[in-house]
Amino acid sequence: MEYFVQQLINGLTLGSIYGLIAIGYTMVFGIIGMVNFAHGDVFMLSTFFALIVLMILLPIIGTSVAAIIFALIVVMAIGMVLTGLWNWAIERIAYRPLRGSFRLAPLISAIGMSIFLSNFVQVVQGPTNKSIVSLIDGGFCLSGTTTTAKYCLFPTKAGFGVTLAYKQVVIMTITALLLAGFWYLVQKTPLGRAQRACEQDSKMARLLGIDVDRTISVTFVMGAALAAVAGVMYLVQYGIIGFSDGFVPGVKAFTAAVLGGIGSLPGAVLGGLIIGLVESLWSAYFSIDYKDVAAFSILAVTLIFLPSGIMGRPEVEKV
Amino acid sequence: MTTIDRPIVANVESATFADSKLGKAAIEGLKFAALMFCLSIPILLLRIESDIDHKPYLFTRWSWPLWAALVGFVVRFVALAASGEAHKVKAPAWVMPESVARYLPIAGLIFLLLYPMIALALVGKAGSIKWIDNFGIQVLIYIMLGWGLNIVVGLAGLLDLGYVAFYAVGAYSYALLATVVIPNYAPWLTPWAFWVCLPLAGLLAALWGIILGLPVLRLRGDYLAIVTLAFGEIIRLVLINWTDVTKGYAGISGIPRPSFFGLPFNASDKGFAATFGLEFTPLHRTIFLFYVILALALLTNWVSMRLRRLPVGRAWEALREDEIACRSLGINTTNTKLTAFAIGASFAGMAGSFFAARQNFISPESFTFNESAVILAAVVLGGMGSQLGVAIAAFAMVGGTEILRELDWLKAIFGNTFDPTQYRMLIFGFSMVALMIWKPRGLIATREPSLFLKTRKSISGSFVKEGHG
Repeated sequence: MEYFVQQLINGLTLGSIYGLIAIGYTMVFGIIGMVNFAHGDVFMLSTFFALIVLMILLPIIGTSVAAIIFALIVVMAIGMVLTGLWNWAIERIAYRPLRGSFRLAPLISAIGMSIFLSNFVQVVQGPTNKSIVSLIDGGFCLSGTTTTAKYCLFPTKAGFGVTLAYKQVVIMTITALLLAGFWYLVQKTPLGRAQRACEQDSKMARLLGIDVDRTISVTFVMGAALAAVAGVMYLVQYGIIGFSDGFVPGVKAFTAAVLGGIGSLPGAVLGGLIIGLVESLWSAYFSIDYKDVAAFSILAVTLIFLPSGIMGRPEVEKV
Repeated sequence: MTTIDRPIVANVESATFADSKLGKAAIEGLKFAALMFCLSIPILLLRIESDIDHKPYLFTRWSWPLWAALVGFVVRFVALAASGEAHKVKAPAWVMPESVARYLPIAGLIFLLLYPMIALALVGKAGSIKWIDNFGIQVLIYIMLGWGLNIVVGLAGLLDLGYVAFYAVGAYSYALLATVVIPNYAPWLTPWAFWVCLPLAGLLAALWGIILGLPVLRLRGDYLAIVTLAFGEIIRLVLINWTDVTKGYAGISGIPRPSFFGLPFNASDKGFAATFGLEFTPLHRTIFLFYVILALALLTNWVSMRLRRLPVGRAWEALREDEIACRSLGINTTNTKLTAFAIGASFAGMAGSFFAARQNFISPESFTFNESAVILAAVVLGGMGSQLGVAIAAFAMVGGTEILRELDWLKAIFGNTFDPTQYRMLIFGFSMVALMIWKPRGLIATREPSLFLKTRKSISGSFVKEGHG
């Protein structure tokens, strides 16, 4: 039981990260019907931004609790701006000229962009993995013997303990706050209204005076900003990043977006949480070697049997 | 009056400056340079390095973002100054002159047939092994894979991102059959191992093509792409983790080399050299392998060209153009797609078994997504559906990589740590994006019609809308 609860906590943490990346996929797909293959690599790029900014900040402000909270906020803000700028430029250079070209052209361009980004980072930052000392240590002891924490919610004499690490709390809290803010942005502001209009019918939206190109740009920037937050969390959680670390989280986040129903924002988050849970439970109870196989299989099975996902609208093909 | 006059004069002046072609290009160039500079600030300016104690530190290099900005300015300025109008109507893609289209393949074929002799004559026995093996055979493997994938992507319009899975199936089938099955159960077959396993590997890969294709082929274009990518990764992960059979990362070594139709290439009395009364040299095998892969590649080309003229080939191309119209005409789309998938896979399987036999050693490292991307890039950059274009693109990309290894003189310019080969995938990715923007139809965007009234007339690829399904 304790083991299961622990894996549940780990899975939800992982799922928050996947969910944030998945929103970027689902928004772009919803608005221009394109699989943004490079999104995973944009996420990877953001982890590098986060690490570089952290390495500048930490020696200046020290490692007290307040300093780390301040550093995380600054890193997230700078990361969101930089990653957003990158994704904006990528959209302008690699995708916008292909709008109206044949259907697979943007996808192929995105695959090229994905290869370019990961190899670009490899060339300019070197092929070795980069690591950072653990920023947030310790956690709440939910159950178990009081070895790591002083107080336990449900103290037991022996057995497997359940710990909710502080960094997991931070990750889940930030995800929840961000999603609330994001939901407000999409549902209640003119910008979000324009976005939803473009998603439903971009031609009609253009006729009604919405600048569709600008809305698409904003969508890319927003997706990248959420990926940047996910990048900071990934760095906090794992502490080690490399140039090729965008591919697998990218495919998993895409799986999450498809599972939740592509085009649906709550679906993307739900899908992310499911994928995170499946991955951590699979590694715990079956085989850690095959955890990626599990995620990829979910993708295949979902697309075959439930192509519109859990919360997506079924696609109607018109001639 | 003067107060009114002045702004007008100023306007005219500024208009002549800003509206002149060079002025506009310069402004746009500066904007682009500023963007490049902002983009490159964190990632190019600061590099995360580790010192001797593995403590990370940041290494600052101011010159890199400045170079990025300069390159950005020059590229944008030249592009705008040369083209004049920033946004003009796209001209139809260039159609190759009939004479070139007719004679280039023949010239290429003659060159390929004579290639080992040319290499021998130019660089001698010692130097030519490298040029025939690393360059010639390597390029031909990718040309064969490109032509195989072209059946799936170019003819049938199904974007397959996991093509390397079938290549892996072929390679591992041959490796396991030749190192485990044949020595234990049919030792008398050993000299013929490669020739028996080659069609078997093709069949097994085709079978896997059907198994993987059956559930996914009703998916739409980009979904299909992602699922094939997932399948490719699943097969690679299984190869890594199923250590009892595949030996995981360690790979399978000691895979038997192909024989000259039963005669092994060695120094023994029954070897190829002794039988034909030649002096033994490893060059014989290399040249033989070259002709084997050339024959296999030409077989792929020939089969796909013939299939195009058969009803199934016409159905593929019809499917690529419009799936719904196909279905309403009574074409069984699933079967049509499945045949394309299986035939494409079988060629990948054969190429894979050749690869295993030539390398003597295989491991899952050789079958990453990057390989799929390179093959796909050859098909896309060459112009989907154009056999000649795919061959040229594969030659340029794989041959270009091998030439990058030769560019040692670049070290004299960029310093000793400069390694040109690490830019290989960077250039691939960049050229995929650039070519999609510049020529979405690929280098040779010409369509050879398979049906024609009186004279065969190539048409520009812009008139067909491939990859729609």
